[in-house]
Amino acid sequence: MTSLDPASRADPVPAVPKAAETPLRRFVSDYCDSRLAVGAALLLAVIVLVALLAPWIAPQDPYDLAVVSIFDARQPPGAQSMDGYTFWLGTDGAGRDLLSAIIYGLRISLSVGVASGVIAIIVGMTVGLLAAYAGGRTENLIMRVVDIQLSLPAVLIALILLAILGKGIDKIIIALVIAQWAYYARTVRASALVERRREYVEAAACLGLSHARIVFRHILPNCVAPLIVVGTVQTAHAIALEATLSFLGVGLPQTEPSLGLLISNGFEYMLSGKYWIAVFPGVALLITIVSINMVGDQLRDVLNPRLQK
Amino acid sequence: MSDAPLLALEDVSKRFVRRLDAAEKIVNLLGGNRREEVVHAVDSVSLGIREGEVVGLVGESGCGKSTLGRVVAGVHAPSAGKVLWRGRDVATMSGAERRDATLKIQMIFQDPMSSLNPRMRVRDIVGEAPRVHGLVSGEEVSDYVDAMLLRVGLDPAIKSRYPHQFSGGQRQRIGIARALAVRPDFLVCDESIAALDVSIQAQVLNLFMDLREDLGLTYLFISHDLGVVEHLADRVVIMYLGRVVESAPAAELFADPNHPYARALLDEVPRIDTRKRIFQPVKGEIPSPLTPPTGCHFHPRCPHAKPRCSAEAPALREIAPGRLSACHMNDG
Amino acid sequence: MIRETVLEVSDLKTHFFTKAGVAKAVDGVSFSLGRGEVLGLVGESGSGKTVTGFSLMGLVDPPGRIVSGSIRLGGEELVGRPEEAWRTLRGRRIAMIFQDPMMTLNPVLRIDTQMIEAIRAHEDISREAARERAREALARVGIPSPDERLAAYPHQFSGGMRQRVAIAIALLNEPEVIVADEPTTALDVTIQAQILYEVQKLCADTGLAMIWITHDLAVVGGLADRVAVMYAGRIVEQGPVDAVLDAPFHPYTHGLIGSVPSHNRRGHRLTQIPGMAPSLLHLPPGCSFAARCPRADAACNEMPALTELSPGRGARCHHPHLAETATGGAA
Ligand SMILES: Nc1ncnc2c1ncn2[C@@H]1O[C@H](COP(=O)(O)OP(=O)(O)OP(=O)(O)O)[C@@H](O)[C@H]1O
Ligand SMILES: Nc1ncnc2c1ncn2[C@@H]1O[C@H](COP(=O)(O)OP(=O)(O)OP(=O)(O)O)[C@@H](O)[C@H]1O
Ligand code: SF4
Ligand code: SF4
Ligand SMILES: [Mg+2]
Ligand SMILES: [Mg+2]
Repeated sequence: MTSLDPASRADPVPAVPKAAETPLRRFVSDYCDSRLAVGAALLLAVIVLVALLAPWIAPQDPYDLAVVSIFDARQPPGAQSMDGYTFWLGTDGAGRDLLSAIIYGLRISLSVGVASGVIAIIVGMTVGLLAAYAGGRTENLIMRVVDIQLSLPAVLIALILLAILGKGIDKIIIALVIAQWAYYARTVRASALVERRREYVEAAACLGLSHARIVFRHILPNCVAPLIVVGTVQTAHAIALEATLSFLGVGLPQTEPSLGLLISNGFEYMLSGKYWIAVFPGVALLITIVSINMVGDQLRDVLNPRLQK
Repeated sequence: MSDAPLLALEDVSKRFVRRLDAAEKIVNLLGGNRREEVVHAVDSVSLGIREGEVVGLVGESGCGKSTLGRVVAGVHAPSAGKVLWRGRDVATMSGAERRDATLKIQMIFQDPMSSLNPRMRVRDIVGEAPRVHGLVSGEEVSDYVDAMLLRVGLDPAIKSRYPHQFSGGQRQRIGIARALAVRPDFLVCDESIAALDVSIQAQVLNLFMDLREDLGLTYLFISHDLGVVEHLADRVVIMYLGRVVESAPAAELFADPNHPYARALLDEVPRIDTRKRIFQPVKGEIPSPLTPPTGCHFHPRCPHAKPRCSAEAPALREIAPGRLSACHMNDG
Repeated sequence: MIRETVLEVSDLKTHFFTKAGVAKAVDGVSFSLGRGEVLGLVGESGSGKTVTGFSLMGLVDPPGRIVSGSIRLGGEELVGRPEEAWRTLRGRRIAMIFQDPMMTLNPVLRIDTQMIEAIRAHEDISREAARERAREALARVGIPSPDERLAAYPHQFSGGMRQRVAIAIALLNEPEVIVADEPTTALDVTIQAQILYEVQKLCADTGLAMIWITHDLAVVGGLADRVAVMYAGRIVEQGPVDAVLDAPFHPYTHGLIGSVPSHNRRGHRLTQIPGMAPSLLHLPPGCSFAARCPRADAACNEMPALTELSPGRGARCHHPHLAETATGGAA
């Protein structure tokens, strides 16, 4: 050691451009670049809030047989009920207030979509990370399964599974998870393969950090961005898929009507001119899916490292 | 201090094999002739580095410099041969001993952006390893990180920032602080200043020299910039297609290179003092490492090649005390 | 030695209008280029070298644009021309070579297809004649057996060969000026030497004028006739290579040359320029080098002008290093 104080020998400390800017803050400011996307995000937030607060917001509990009266069936929008309140969107074939049924249906559609999405992400992420980090035979095996899975249409897989499993909200979530995990596995593996080659992973190995630490603390956080993008889009797909299945009558039981089931139920009245029973749930479904997709598109633009300045 | 090298490589080779994928196997079944591709990135290299020494490693792109550096740093295990740390074979070490050896050899990378995890704050980048390994206690980590940042000339006030908020030179300093935090004895610098601006390169080189003086570090300094290597290194090792072709004390090598490739390399490096010179390049391309030339790898480009050169690989022999060269011309 | 001027750039300003503010990437750059001359353009990363090159080619994309100034090629003003006019010029009278040759080459087309198309875009000649010219261009940049190589795809070439093909394409229509943006930075020294050798020969033999952008002073020393040093969007010093490298006027050039290892005693600390280049968005009002300059004083709060300090040599500084050049200087 020399007698020189290291700090005095060190070069003058250069100034740093801006005040601490977290990735989150940068992300928010980039996201807000597009007004349309901000609008979509707000709309989505309202939809989610409405779904969450359904029991407090909905004018009627559509499952409460004491309130629902068959005599109110198929009322047009704006009609008065026997008890004197207004069915703003009309009623369905069972006499339920359609607005309330849509709010509750939204709740079910969203929870099925989100629940299956979250489980599928966890499964796909773990499998994808394992494939990327292990490499070799494990990777080959996993990726062939993923390829096969991705080459079959998701509806087909879900239909077959439901035919085996039967009806029920848990069954449909399982079916959706199985139909979708492969997308996440492929996404995570692709970005993990890129990240694994980066020098910071080598640096972590030099620093003697454990494999688990490297995978979960270093690689995983850098694979989250594409996962979020795929996650939003896939959730929209899951909601649409569930609606399709329910429409085909293999999804949810009549006691828990999702938007798809409401559409299906209203479909038979279409020809008799009672359009609202099918159309309004359809519009609700459309708005939900479009707003999720718009948020997803903007997320892709913002989180895409290649577009970043 | 003993004369035994701090780090020694004994006949170390590293091969990369690209295995056939399913499609190619099918092609082979149908009578195709696809073979596995083997790259001898490092081909039986022996090298000893004494404590406190700075060894410069130079050579053209793809000749295996980075691979050798990674084998030394323990990122890659050698396909053959031994890596000895303080005389002990790293492969046979276990548990704590192995971890210590890993920590004692640290690597400084080329790309100042990709060598720092973009999702971690500076304090975690620098503080993670010492905390995980218990080198400092939980409450001391913060002060320890401050000391490391000061050591490399950064203001500790910036430690809650993310890598993207720094310039290339500052990021490189963070990478150096991260390495120093585990108290290494040996730094492998793989093109560590190549991506920096000239004015910043000088700052980082000075930092390396200060660290050497203050902490007694040993360096394996990989670079294609001969000016930098000449300035910094005590000894220079020149590689060509996976093999060491010459190894000599820096001053002697630059004064009088022995191997024809070393001579060509020194001639062609543009220097600021030589103006409007007529470039007289060596002919030919760098051969593919997948199909290296037979015998002496350099023979297709060598102005002195003889029939023997394409038949037989020259051995790396001592041509003067402390100087090694691999060329048949030295046999007279 | 008086050369016929082919390119004259004066007070060129190219600014980028970004969300965070206006980045004055090129802010008042002037230089001229004679026939057969190689001008080395050096400077730190982000100092505006590439943007200068793009401006000359009319390739600046929004949010950037040429704000003012003039570019005269053979006496003809280029600034303010419509895109159409640029397009007929580009590749014919002024061409660019990039650091990554794949910017020029299309990976899915054969070399001959690409070269013949490049010729016939500007000239109405037969395919055979165009092919012959392509063959000659390949031979001129030192590609062995050009006939066979014409039928190859870019991926079948090594990096150095690809860069040579890119140079050959730039040469096809015998432009007056080639802007080369760090074309050898990614290449190995032996391959770099081969390319420098070909370029040197070309400029001497054909009178081609070249702007060689690089951050490597040593390459400039070996190749260029004159050098211009850029810092934060401005040229801070320019002049003949020997004069500038041996006795720089500007403190930045001085520091840059001083920090080259071979100018320092082996194993000793290098002279270094402290700090780092300022952000183009927040340039100080005076000399942009002031924060790092050992000679800075109160006068430097005012922007220095590019002044001619000796014949053919200028620097943008209030306190240039004149003492060391007393013999050759005009001061
Ligand atoms: N992980 C890998 N898998 C397969 N081949 C590899 C791998 N790493 C390196 N190689 C090959 O080994 C050879 C040596 O590569 P290496 O990166 O060590 O060269 P280098 O001397 O560092 O080159 P450069 O100067 O370009 O960094 C190259 O041919 C390369 O393609
Ligand atoms: N598309 C763009 N948008 C905004 N700013 C830009 C854009 N392109 C360039 N700039 C700005 O122009 C400045 C000069 O960039 P330029 O690419 O010319 O630098 P350079 O001297 O070529 O650096 P290097 O040596 O890294 O290639 C940069 O600091 C950058 O901030
Ligand atoms: S062994 Fe032969 S080919 Fe190789 S460098 Fe020596 S003279 Fe040249
Ligand atoms: S003008 Fe002043 S600050 Fe700028 S370079 Fe000259 S002396 Fe330094
Ligand atoms: Mg390398
Ligand atoms: Mg550039």
